[in-house]
Amino acid sequence: MSTEARAVHFPAADWDGGVHPYRVGHRKLGMWLFIVSDSLTFSALLIGYSYLRASNVWPTPFHFNPSILFSSLMTMCLLSSSLTMVFGVSASSRGDWQKARKWILATIFFGLAFLVLHLYEWNHLIHDGLTPFSLPAQWVTQYTAADGTLPSPLFGATFFAITGLHMFHVFTGAIYLAVVAARVKKLKHEDIEISGLYWHFVDLVWMFVFPLIYIMSVHVDH
Amino acid sequence: MSAHAEEHEHFAGSNKLFTSIWVWLVVLTLIEIGLAYKPMSTVVMLSVLLGLSIIKAALIVAYFMHLKFERLSLILTIIPMLVVCILLLFVFFPDSFRSSDLRYRFKETPPAPAESH
Repeated sequence: MSTEARAVHFPAADWDGGVHPYRVGHRKLGMWLFIVSDSLTFSALLIGYSYLRASNVWPTPFHFNPSILFSSLMTMCLLSSSLTMVFGVSASSRGDWQKARKWILATIFFGLAFLVLHLYEWNHLIHDGLTPFSLPAQWVTQYTAADGTLPSPLFGATFFAITGLHMFHVFTGAIYLAVVAARVKKLKHEDIEISGLYWHFVDLVWMFVFPLIYIMSVHVDH
Repeated sequence: MSAHAEEHEHFAGSNKLFTSIWVWLVVLTLIEIGLAYKPMSTVVMLSVLLGLSIIKAALIVAYFMHLKFERLSLILTIIPMLVVCILLLFVFFPDSFRSSDLRYRFKETPPAPAESH
């Protein structure tokens, strides 16, 4: 087989240097690798939470108002922010940086709305008496098992750790996007796309946090 | 250097497509919320919720994060490795059922009696 023919059949030339084998820039590849590692962080936390839940009596204290109502609204905020972000990236690809900036600012708005709702909901639980290592007295009474086993006090630890780390991601994402919005004219399209990747990832994580932490802990009257 | 002054970048997918993906994501979320109030066993509920979440995650990664439009080699580098690593995290999960059997149980009257259902 001639060298020319081999180059056609085997994509080895991609790895010989001088080209981007994945057809993405190194910064975008770096963001993808960061997202992979961050996915593993959240996976470990969620699996750790599931482990504790399976091995303990676990309270299911969330009533529709405020916890489920607020977390559902927060989900809608994040989903909408992803849509505005992708509109922004799309506008940037057309070279329309004014529209791109407008959509990125809308994304930040939804992100901040998420944070405000989340903090309000946290505040409600803290007011009820939930701390990282203890449950409100009323929950202890309500969720003690028939054989007398107390509900796990680690509910608060898992709840605040997982939603807190996610909230931190939303917060840093909003700052990141604010910087991108301010510099949108100077940045390359791929840089705006990379900030979008981070934002969509924050949305993606919530798609697992919301059902596992909130929906699975809905209080159902029997 | 302003990139916008140069040629326009290619970014596949129309705003109409992205809006329809958003509608799907909202509908799946509403189904999840509805499921919360349907009486069913924990295992069934968890399976259905995780199934829906994986579909939602796939939609976000494929369309919003644009991975569907990237090179296959990038997809193959990122996704299988992540899935395998996450599955490996489950290796010690059966231990949770063991520790649930080992838990100390009250021999005396519990401090606060459970409400009768």
